Amino acid sequence: MTNFIIILLSAVFINNYVLSKFLGICPFLGVSKKLDSAAGMSLAVIFVMLMATAVTFPIQKYLLEPNGLEYLQTIVFILVIASLVQLVEIVLKKYIPSLHKSLGVYLPLITTNCAVLGVTILNIDAGYNFAEAMVNALGSGLGFFLAMVMFSGVRSTMETSDIPESFKGLPITLIAASITSLSFMGFGGIIENLFGGA
Amino acid sequence: MKNLDNFTKGIIKENPVLVLVLGTCPTLATSTSVMNALGMGAAATVVLIFSNILISALRKVIPDKVRIPCYIVLIAGLVTIVQMLVKAFAPALDESLGIYLPLIVVNCIILGRAEMFASKNKVIASALDGLGMGIGFTLALFLMAAIREIFGNGSFAGIPLPVLADNHISILTMAPGGFFVFGLLIAAVNKFAKHKPKKKEMGCEGCPQAEACNKIKEEAAQK
Repeated sequence: MTNFIIILLSAVFINNYVLSKFLGICPFLGVSKKLDSAAGMSLAVIFVMLMATAVTFPIQKYLLEPNGLEYLQTIVFILVIASLVQLVEIVLKKYIPSLHKSLGVYLPLITTNCAVLGVTILNIDAGYNFAEAMVNALGSGLGFFLAMVMFSGVRSTMETSDIPESFKGLPITLIAASITSLSFMGFGGIIENLFGGA
Repeated sequence: MKNLDNFTKGIIKENPVLVLVLGTCPTLATSTSVMNALGMGAAATVVLIFSNILISALRKVIPDKVRIPCYIVLIAGLVTIVQMLVKAFAPALDESLGIYLPLIVVNCIILGRAEMFASKNKVIASALDGLGMGIGFTLALFLMAAIREIFGNGSFAGIPLPVLADNHISILTMAPGGFFVFGLLIAAVNKFAKHKPKKKEMGCEGCPQAEACNKIKEEAAQK
């Protein structure tokens, strides 16, 4: 149990996908301007990360590894994720239209989001078992959610401030991201202290 | 003459990282040291040239409706080849690039060039465009990595520098430093660009997801 908590906490705070691993920067900078689009996007990411891990993990363990096809990992994973996202969109549209209405627009954006492909590959690289991989996917998704929501708050404050001409737009957003990421560095070492160097 | 233009535009005028603002993830992640940056740049350039050539050669064969999945398959195949070559001939580089090597598949520079250029132009023009964009990407990575390594680690390409080695600002090689240096570089480009570009947002023009992304932004703006 402690094991799962450690994986979850370190995925959310310490190895935050956006702020310390630089995965999924495009949506982080692109759709974080308003709180509700930031929240919608990251909920869709959590959902797809969990689905993608649930599907790619068995594929790797029971299809690629026994047949010595590990080198096809990249191709297979990206194809599986792309078709999965399409499938999820179709299913949601048909059976849960209300959810499709709130998450639907974000789904096509996620196909080529490097955070999703990243989490599936990192789960394999880290040698997790299935349950650990799912917890890690959930933690990564929650970390993405936290970063997006926090950052949309930072950006809305920034909109009313007086910024030098050449820093307007993207540069000041990046500087703000830098400071947000700095605050996440404060979490370093917290796991060791909480769980006695586990 | 036109071919020369296809080649040179990617290096400065339409630099994929600093002007079009594409491929931010690998730029931030692999620019911690000069060697990493050059390795990443070279790997991405190879993929970019061959994906442009293949996609341009197949542009009349690939049906319009399923073009993005087709491009992704082609690019993923090329990335796998590059990954195997790097593993075989430069294992140290493979180690330090780690996850970012397979993630070239979802690098928006490559998909973006496929969509914007290779699918509409002849093979030779596309190859030159890929080469130019690749060099532009590598140069931008190199510039960023040089700043981060010289000031953050006090070394250049692994060789320690006098004075700076004892007074380095370690934060620059860590995650916040990446965002910070990138922000400063783009601000500098804004400042010194000859024709003032309009207020810069994420580079969406070349991105295959631009349509969906813009839709979200418009909806958010209406609320």
